[in-house]
Amino acid sequence: MTEPEDPSSLKNLDERLSEAQARRSAEKDRGKRAAGRSSGSGMGLGFRVAVDILAALMVGVGIGVLLDRWLGTKPWLLIVFFLLGSAAGIMNVFRVMRGYGYSVGYEKTERDKDEEDREPGDRPGP
Amino acid sequence: MAETTTEAGGGHGGGGGHSPLEQFEIHTIAEFKLGGLDLSFTNASLMMVIAVLLVTTLMVFGTRRGALVPGRLQSVSELSYEFVANLIRDTIGNEGRRYFPLLFTLFMFILFGNLLGMVPYSFTFTSQIIVTFAMAIVVFAGVTVLGFMRHGVHFFSFFVPPGTPIWMWPLLIPIEVISYLSRPISLSVRLFANMLAGHTLLKVIASFVALMGVFGVLPLAGVVALTGLEILIAFLQAYVFTILTCLYINDALHMH
Repeated sequence: MTEPEDPSSLKNLDERLSEAQARRSAEKDRGKRAAGRSSGSGMGLGFRVAVDILAALMVGVGIGVLLDRWLGTKPWLLIVFFLLGSAAGIMNVFRVMRGYGYSVGYEKTERDKDEEDREPGDRPGP
Repeated sequence: MAETTTEAGGGHGGGGGHSPLEQFEIHTIAEFKLGGLDLSFTNASLMMVIAVLLVTTLMVFGTRRGALVPGRLQSVSELSYEFVANLIRDTIGNEGRRYFPLLFTLFMFILFGNLLGMVPYSFTFTSQIIVTFAMAIVVFAGVTVLGFMRHGVHFFSFFVPPGTPIWMWPLLIPIEVISYLSRPISLSVRLFANMLAGHTLLKVIASFVALMGVFGVLPLAGVVALTGLEILIAFLQAYVFTILTCLYINDALHMH
């Protein structure tokens, strides 16, 4: 990110130092910091939760309606996918509330967890 | 948005006063039809062109001199560069550098779209769901392709939470897939709904100013405060869209 032809070597050093520090701290609490910052206000958090539920429901109902039209099983798949969509919406909210960030699945949370257990600083490269 | 008088805009409101939703109407400026497609140049397209021109102007003129002590324009362009660069470094890490052009373009385009909407009598193109959805679906498709390129078939393990018994898979995989597919929708709806709600609220409260006579001072103060809030939201939503894109890219890069 720094310019290669930096005239002052001291400035260059300072920049490299802060960059390395930023990178390290960023890798330590990448997900948490990002999730914490974007949900700063209560209104923002509420809005995010609402949108997350709504989006998952919309996708579920959309899939249900399309599959019903395609397979001719009028109400059944809609009902099934409505329920699945609601579950997905709750899952989204659950992830937001637990501070898991925006990731899908649990893999990242597992990794974050044992990163927390480990001593800071002795993390091997990714 | 901030048309404080009821004389604002054309007469599409219908039934007495002006509709607060009138500001979101699309007007054709230059008609252009290709086959069955309506590719007319509208007020939304005009605002998008203006936003692109402004961003380009800012960056070209801001970086032209490259002075050691930056001037105003250079300062702004350097600030925006640093902001997005730090965001990427914080969320994706060093690998994220190569996605900087995409993320910076997205950020500046949305930010200028939101801010241009704050200019009275202008048009907020980010309050159109099709605009935000187009951006979100590009991000979604790009991230999915990236995940497949990086991990191949292993990408599907994204949808299986580890440590779940096999008999739970038929239930959990559809839920995870729906959760994944809801990403572009929540991404686009978040931006669109914020802009739509904010600008509608401003217009509604502004219409009270004329109705209440002397006591219109109260809603006027409200409009002033809300305008400040709207400018904050303009920045915040551009930031949220960008950071979510960063996190999605990060997900696709370092899956497990």
